[in-house]
Amino acid sequence: MPDAVLHLEKLRKSFGALVVTDELTFDVMPRELHAVIGPNGAGKTTLINQISGLVAPDSGTIQFAGRDITALPTHARAELGLARSFQVSSILPGFSALENVALAVQSRAGSSFRVLGRAAAEAALNDPAMAALADVGLAERAHIPAGELAHGEKRALELAIALAMQPKVLLLDEPMAGTGREETARLVELLRRLKGRFAVVLVEHDMTAVFALADRISVLIYGRILASGTPAGVRADPRVVAAYLGDEME
Amino acid sequence: MAVLLAASPARPRGRLRALPACIFLAFALIPVVAPFVGGGYLVSLGSRVMIFAIAAVALDLLVGYGALISFGHAAFIGIGAYAVGILSVYGITDALVSLPVALAVSAAYAFLTGVVCLRTSGVYFIMITLAFGQMAFFTASSLAPFGGDDGLTIAARNTLAGLPLLRNERAFYYLVFACLLGTYLFCRALVGSRFGRVVRGAKENPVRMATIGFDVYRFQLATYVIAGALAGLSGFLLANATEFVSPAYMSWQRSGELIVMVLLGGLGSLDGAIIGAAAYLLTEEWLSRVTEDWKVIFGPVLVLVVLFARGGLIGLTRDLARRLARA
Repeated sequence: MPDAVLHLEKLRKSFGALVVTDELTFDVMPRELHAVIGPNGAGKTTLINQISGLVAPDSGTIQFAGRDITALPTHARAELGLARSFQVSSILPGFSALENVALAVQSRAGSSFRVLGRAAAEAALNDPAMAALADVGLAERAHIPAGELAHGEKRALELAIALAMQPKVLLLDEPMAGTGREETARLVELLRRLKGRFAVVLVEHDMTAVFALADRISVLIYGRILASGTPAGVRADPRVVAAYLGDEME
Repeated sequence: MAVLLAASPARPRGRLRALPACIFLAFALIPVVAPFVGGGYLVSLGSRVMIFAIAAVALDLLVGYGALISFGHAAFIGIGAYAVGILSVYGITDALVSLPVALAVSAAYAFLTGVVCLRTSGVYFIMITLAFGQMAFFTASSLAPFGGDDGLTIAARNTLAGLPLLRNERAFYYLVFACLLGTYLFCRALVGSRFGRVVRGAKENPVRMATIGFDVYRFQLATYVIAGALAGLSGFLLANATEFVSPAYMSWQRSGELIVMVLLGGLGSLDGAIIGAAAYLLTEEWLSRVTEDWKVIFGPVLVLVVLFARGGLIGLTRDLARRLARA
């Protein structure tokens, strides 16, 4: 597939004897929402970590926007337009929500070696940051220290940080983890609105959310893709139902 | 309250602005009141406090804002001081030469060692900065042509563009004052800038900073070099104040004292570093006159401050101010 924005080729990673990513080939088309589902321990988070550069694969290649990024460090991948959220919220707790997002804007803008001028007062950073916060419904909480936000708000803040990076591909590692029913509905609505601005890789256990959002679903089991296709196709696949969906859909 | 919160995009700092103003006013007035109280002694003590305050403010950049606990900060003071001493051996005694050399050499040492140290973190960072500090210490001790263990006496203070300005105690005092003020204002601007925000962010969550797209290492290295150069400035002034340089300036005990100063005053506020340097040196001065074993008293006091006044002396004053405001 020459026009995939993200393409993994025969990616392999093992921790000791445990193979967590097994000759995995996977691609994401521009503006596509590609969900990755699978039981716990299937290697979903390790996969996201390899794409974002926090874990190095043993072999295989990762191509992003037509470039081999397998050897690039995390920050360089982010600069190219690869954003991610974490399963356990990863924010700067001592910074205000606005500052968290403004840092992402600043990263995008470059010139972070400026040592003069108060960054907190820069409209060029704060305005786009406010826009991203408004996008996720956090505008009114902009000045609250991020560590004091409620759990669901932290999840939304992670999204705002990712949005402010204006990514080509957004990697979402269980954005609904630990959120209540109402918050989940709000996040699904939000993702539905954002869909189409960029490609999304969505790792999620909430099947309602996955089937509501995904253009394509890949089922990961023991580090391998068991099946990949449209939501309807995957739902009907007997292997998937046997291995995973059978329990989850009840 | 809600209105107040909405109107302040950054942390409200209004009340605390008064603190640095008071500190610098007090330093500025010392030579004015000195003739009536302590005379020349007070002036030289004051300049000693300010010289160490410069190094402590620089160390606060690393420890307080970057969570980089450098245990070799005194090495940069020593390098700055030796620049003055060694140049004077060769007859170069003008500050217009020795100051830039002191800054450049300490910055270069910070760069070369920082490239290695910043590959590590946590306890390893502490140990490796300590190792590089000791390397500088032993190198200075073995410099036989420049006094070796015994140190090196400097014939006279540096001239400034050929003028013997610094030999006047009061003029020297105000030069040190200007250096501390400049250091403080520069660091204050730095921590609030785009650059400083990245450094502070890396302290809170380096992984998040990398996934946002920041090469944290480069920012930390730049901070390390800036802090090293500022300590070099402090060393330049120290050599001129004492007209003597010695390997003891870069001993690990001295590095430890600098950390104590920053902790005692309060981490990550810059004001705290100045207050801590003053509190440490004045207590030392006073207690060492009471008893030779002053550290036996000072040690427990320090433990108490760290245990009960989280945030150091500056945290203590902040709490008091809050309580007074409420009453």
